[in-house]
Amino acid sequence: MHLPAILPWGVADGFSKQMLLVILSVVIIATFFLLAARKQQLVPGKLQFAGEMAYGFVRNGIAKDIIGGKDFMKYVPLLFSLFFFILVNNIYGAIPVIQLPSFSHVGGAYVLAGIVYVTWIAIGIKKNGLKYFKLATVPSGVPVYILPIVIPIEIISNFLVRPVTHSLRLFATMLAGHLIVMIAGSGIEFLVMQENILLKGTSLLVIAGAVAMYMLEALIMALQAYVFTLLTAIYIEGALHADSH
Amino acid sequence: MYQTIISAAVEGAEATNPLVPNVWEMGVVLAGFAVLMYIVVKFVVPMFEKTFAERAEAIEGGIAKAEKAQAEASAALEEYKQQLTDARAEANRIREEARAEGAQILADLKEKAASESARITAQAHVQIESERQAAVVSLRSEVGTLATTLAGRIVGEALNDDERSARVVDRFLADLENQNAGAAK
Repeated sequence: MHLPAILPWGVADGFSKQMLLVILSVVIIATFFLLAARKQQLVPGKLQFAGEMAYGFVRNGIAKDIIGGKDFMKYVPLLFSLFFFILVNNIYGAIPVIQLPSFSHVGGAYVLAGIVYVTWIAIGIKKNGLKYFKLATVPSGVPVYILPIVIPIEIISNFLVRPVTHSLRLFATMLAGHLIVMIAGSGIEFLVMQENILLKGTSLLVIAGAVAMYMLEALIMALQAYVFTLLTAIYIEGALHADSH
Repeated sequence: MYQTIISAAVEGAEATNPLVPNVWEMGVVLAGFAVLMYIVVKFVVPMFEKTFAERAEAIEGGIAKAEKAQAEASAALEEYKQQLTDARAEANRIREEARAEGAQILADLKEKAASESARITAQAHVQIESERQAAVVSLRSEVGTLATTLAGRIVGEALNDDERSARVVDRFLADLENQNAGAAK
């Protein structure tokens, strides 16, 4: 069940289906939004309206609500790109022939989580200077004698665990969903090929279960794109307003 | 048959740890995301923001225009009402004036007619009085003369002395008047 190497480069696994899909996703997103935004009519057409809805969802629903203030616009491009990049790459998993969420390969998830990690730390330092690390790890209002316990916990949870959970959450849900749908598919195939008519009949149950799992997976694919983007916004907000936390 | 499938799957799982990334895939994701970010920052976000700003401006402009039109309309209405009130007051004033003028004219005419009739009456009185006086004078002299002449003739005594005859006549007339007065009493 591993990807065919489309162009064997002699390095690693060569040019895989996943890479092609990632490149395709960039083309899809860019094309859609450039077409939607191109006309710039005051009374939007269907395509423009759809584009504005999607853009407004990230701009107002995530960036403005979470980060707020005057400077949330600076982070809209990053959040917008993240959301739709992940969304399209996840939805691949629900499209019958393609059926491969790009982030079921962990590399992509590492890259995006890494970008976000670097970004929010850079924002924190730019906003608060080196004092940012103190603000981020020493919570205010905690008695001094507890600090030796709290500070290590804060360091581990903020600077070590956060990027790991951020990337693995996306990767693991995609991989697990992918596996479940694949297993259900194999199970159906297996049961349908049985000679015993009663055993063959049980495949109907598995088909019903597989359809339900497929629906759940489609939901999780969209949800994980939202969760990843939302967490990014929360991290950025935390870095921006470290002094008030 | 199933054993072979399962064992193949197990072997595959053992061969690759899913937590170890493929470096080339990471590179492709990084490059793809960078290209997407570039397009979004350079084109997509500015275009949408421009449209949003224009739309907000258009809506606000429309509201302002409507407010202005409404203010103008209510100002015009106020003006019309004012004019209507003025016109009514004017009409009332003119009517009052006309009525007063009519009354004045009527009074003037009445007064004029009254004075005219008084004048005519007075004139007639004066004329009648003067004519009566003239008649009295003329009668007095004429009757005197006639009576004197008559008496002279009857008496046969010429009473040529005018002064004496006049005295006789006067006495006679006075006697007549006295008699008349006594009769009237």
